[in-house]
Amino acid sequence: MRYVDEFRDAATARALSTRIAALCEPGRRYKFMEVCGGHTHTIYKHGLEDYLPETISLVHGPGCPVCVIPMGRVDDAIAIAEQPDVIMTSFGDMMRVPGGRGSFFDSKAAGADIRMVYSPLDALKIARKNPDKRVVFMAIGMETTAPSTAMTVLRAASEELENFSIFCNHVMIIPAIKAILDSPDLRLDGFIGPGHVSTVIGCRPYEYVARDYGKPLVCSGFEPLDILESVYRLMVQVAEGRCEVENQYARVVPWAGNPKALQVIGEVMELRPHFEWRGLGFISHSALRVRARYSAFDAERIFDVPGVRVADPKACQCGEVLKGVLKPWECKVFGTACTPETPIGTCMVSSEGACAAYYNFGRFSRDRVREATRS
Amino acid sequence: MCLGIPGEVVELMAGHEDLAMVSVEGVQRAVNIGLLRDEGVTDLRPGDWVLIHVGFALSKIDEAEAKASLDWLTGVGDAYTDELRALAASDIT
Repeated sequence: MRYVDEFRDAATARALSTRIAALCEPGRRYKFMEVCGGHTHTIYKHGLEDYLPETISLVHGPGCPVCVIPMGRVDDAIAIAEQPDVIMTSFGDMMRVPGGRGSFFDSKAAGADIRMVYSPLDALKIARKNPDKRVVFMAIGMETTAPSTAMTVLRAASEELENFSIFCNHVMIIPAIKAILDSPDLRLDGFIGPGHVSTVIGCRPYEYVARDYGKPLVCSGFEPLDILESVYRLMVQVAEGRCEVENQYARVVPWAGNPKALQVIGEVMELRPHFEWRGLGFISHSALRVRARYSAFDAERIFDVPGVRVADPKACQCGEVLKGVLKPWECKVFGTACTPETPIGTCMVSSEGACAAYYNFGRFSRDRVREATRS
Repeated sequence: MCLGIPGEVVELMAGHEDLAMVSVEGVQRAVNIGLLRDEGVTDLRPGDWVLIHVGFALSKIDEAEAKASLDWLTGVGDAYTDELRALAASDIT
C-alpha cells in the first residue's frame, strides 16, 4: 500500500506545492498541457490546480479518443450498422457519441443490431456464434487499444473467419501533439505526457518535442501526487533551461514501450495519409487503417461507407477545448444546453472528456482547498 | 475503454497459449496475455499483477502499483463500475 499512502499524503502535496511555487519567476506565466483524459480527470477530481500558484495553468489536451472522433465517422459507422445482416459491436464509451444523424444508441433504438462489448475479442466471439451475420467491430482508441484490435484481426485471420471485420478509427497521439505545437493558438511551456499510451509506445517518440520544439515533456502517472511531481519536474527543467523527456511513471512505463504491441500494430495496420480529428481538423499521418494484406477484415473495403465530412454543431466549442484554448466552463453551451445527459459535444460524452470531468468534479474553489490544506 | 484495470494472475490456461485466468476484484476472468509474450515465451507467473485494457494484459506491474491503480479507479466512479460490469459480461475464451 506504499503508493496509496504516499499519494494520499496531503503533507507531501503541500511540500511539492511549495517547491513548485519557489521555482516561479516573478511576472512570468506558465502553461502546461496534460495530454491524457485520465490526467484531466484527476486534476478536476482533486482540485489540483488549487495546489499550484495562480501563474501556472494546466490546459487539457486531445488525449480522449472518444472526444476526437469526428461526426462523419460516427455517421459512417451507423451506415455500416444499418446494412443487412450486420451486427455492429462497440465499446460502451462510444454509444452516446453524436454523429450528424444521431448516435449508436439512436440507431439501435431504430432497429439496428448494435451491441456493446468490453473487448474486440468479444466481437470475434459474436462472429463465431453468428456465421450468417456480418460482425463489425468499431475500433477506436489510441495506441492503448490499437494492439488489442490488431491481435484480434490476427486471430480472425488464423481462424479464417469470413464474417468479421473492423471499422478502424485508431488515432495516434504523437501527430496530435505535433499539430498542437504547430498551432498558433497556444503558447505552451511543456507537456504532462500520457501514461497508458506510453506503456505501448514508450518515451522515445516524444523526443522530438524536446529536440525540435524546445519543450519539456514528463510522462506521468495518474495519482494526484504523480501529477504534482510531474509539474514540479517540468518547472525544474524550465528553470534550468533544459528540455528533456522524463519518465515520472517508470514503475509502469518502460522507456522502450511494449515491443510486441508495436510489432502487431505494424503487422496489421499502416498510417493513413490524413485523418480528421474533431476540433483539430485534418492531421497528416495521424491515424491507422488496415493493411491491404488484411483487407478481408477491413469494413471500409467490405461495405459502402459514405465518408461524408460533417461539421460540428455551431454552438459546440469542443475544438477549442480539445486544443486547450478554452476551459470547459468557457464554452457557451457548457452545463446549459450541453450536459452529460444530453451532450452536444464529445467532451461531455466521455467520462474522460474535459467537460464531463469538470461538470462532475469542478466544484473545487481555490479558497476552499487552501482552507482545507491549511488545517 | 481507456481504463487500465489491475488483475492478479491465477493461472496460465493450459491449451490456450495466449490466455491466463486473472482475478479482478475477486472475480476470475480469462485475459489475453499475447502482448506480454515474446517469441511465444512469457515470464508471467501466478501471483503476478497485470494492467488489463479491453481484455488484454498490456503491462506487468507490482502489487503496490496495482493497489494504487485500484484506489484511483474507485475514485473514477461510474466509468469504472461500467467497465467492471462490461468485463464481467465479457467472455473471450
